[in-house]
Amino acid sequence: MTDILAVTDHRRGELRDVSYEIITAGRQLANETGGDLHLAVISGTVDEFAEKLNREGVDAIHTVDYGEEFNHDVYTQAISQLYDELAPQYVLAPNSVNGLDYAPAVATQLDLPIVTDTIDLETDGETLIATREMYGGKVETTNELEGSAVATIRSAEWPQAEGTGDAAIEAFDADIDEDAIGSTVNGFEEVGGGDVDITEADVLVSVGRGIEEEDNLPLIEELADALSATVSSSRPIVDNGWLPKNRQVGQSGKVVTPDVYIAIGISGAVQHVAGMKGSDTIVAINTDPNAPIMDIADYAIVDDLFDVVPALTEEFQ
Amino acid sequence: MKILVTVKEVATVEDEFEIEGTGIADQYLGADLNEWDDYAIEEAVQLQEAGVADEVVTVTIGPEECEQTIRQALAKGADRAVRIWDDSLEDVDLLDVGAKTEILSAVVEEEDPDLVLTGVQAGDDSFGATGVSVAEHLGYQWGAVVNHLEHDFDDAASVRRELEGGVEELTEIELPAVLTIQTGINEPRYASLRGIRQAQRKELDVKALADLGVDESAVDAELELTDMYEPESESDVTTWEGSAEETAGELAELLRDKGVAQ
Repeated sequence: MTDILAVTDHRRGELRDVSYEIITAGRQLANETGGDLHLAVISGTVDEFAEKLNREGVDAIHTVDYGEEFNHDVYTQAISQLYDELAPQYVLAPNSVNGLDYAPAVATQLDLPIVTDTIDLETDGETLIATREMYGGKVETTNELEGSAVATIRSAEWPQAEGTGDAAIEAFDADIDEDAIGSTVNGFEEVGGGDVDITEADVLVSVGRGIEEEDNLPLIEELADALSATVSSSRPIVDNGWLPKNRQVGQSGKVVTPDVYIAIGISGAVQHVAGMKGSDTIVAINTDPNAPIMDIADYAIVDDLFDVVPALTEEFQ
Repeated sequence: MKILVTVKEVATVEDEFEIEGTGIADQYLGADLNEWDDYAIEEAVQLQEAGVADEVVTVTIGPEECEQTIRQALAKGADRAVRIWDDSLEDVDLLDVGAKTEILSAVVEEEDPDLVLTGVQAGDDSFGATGVSVAEHLGYQWGAVVNHLEHDFDDAASVRRELEGGVEELTEIELPAVLTIQTGINEPRYASLRGIRQAQRKELDVKALADLGVDESAVDAELELTDMYEPESESDVTTWEGSAEETAGELAELLRDKGVAQ
């Protein structure tokens, strides 16, 4: 039997979606060999979280009532102790920013191998077969690990668990060593405010790395003006300081759902797609016919943006 | 303060490529300094220029061919470099997190820095786990996905961690620590000609696993890469063909149908 310990994610009083997705991932893996799915809920309003997480397929929920917000030392200690207590075959964690802040430490502390950012998981009870991407999504790979392991799961790859479960909810009395806590969270800050709210726009003209230079940005701005649209961008444009943070679409930026999203010179990394896949109509202008953006685009022009964008602007002038 | 920066030469893949076995065929592969590491190097060099760091050392696991990439870091201002290579690494398909942790931890122990900066992830295998794993292995503190670092230290680093959805976490991390550095934390410089010339004379130590006291068995990955393939496209995209004027015309018609710019 393959028991699973899955760790849930929350921030500032709210469970994050991946917490419900990890139930599905954990249940699937446990089903393959008839094992149990245990959830760990650490810090915050754990009882309230546990009630919400008690969905179909969960066998037990272990709450660790310690502190309000995420702290990686608390998580690492609590999960390691739960592992010793429950002896699960696999520990699952979200591949979130916080997941990556404790999952590698848990693996190291427990002397287990780790595989991160998985998009599919299978097991026969002995071997874990993990599917993940390499080279920015250009290829997928399968990877095998023998015995017990830690795996992190990519968000939005598994559907959210639904229904009501009959899990046993138990407080776990973790022995947290305060001397081993070496970092302190002092607060949070929302970034990317400002004059423009790209989440309100009906039409977004979004620019990526393909624009090559800051000096080429007026091409995009002229198109946006002609279409009465708003300019947004992928991460590299903001990293380069060419546009302010409030224009960034994606996992670490804004989630947008315009009527029309025109992706210009954007390859469509998974982090970007997470922020715009809910758009009604997606148009991609890109020289690479195999770019991941093509997987979610409704319409595409496979050509040089420096030829297509001026021609399009002209159509509306 | 002494800073160690981990630097990786990553494999890049052309738009069109073929897979041979569990890897990309050589002729479609290029090499580049890992994008995230470029930001980590810049952060270290800025700390040195601000008088906070006395010494910046880079460490790389890689064959002789990657020295040109490592020298980029020296050209940008790092003081010296350590390169780890070993016959036992020649035939390894994929160094997993555990293997990298063993090797890099040995270097960190030898160099004894106050601060270790790594990129959040490598652009090729993208595990995003080695920095935190090394920290735990050595009893260092850590912070993952750091996009701001205050340049005045006492015995702690004040950082911002970039969470999802435009939220940053403000955190104090005791030293010594490993920070994984996110892109956008600074603006990486281009190496100057003078820097490039100086880099040729800077110390670049090559070490084998035995020199570090690391057993060869450490590189036996527990994670085995068994297959590589191109993902099935789920695309049902309508692709317009023709000249730029023609395709722009098609798109214009679509946009007008959708009521854009009217």
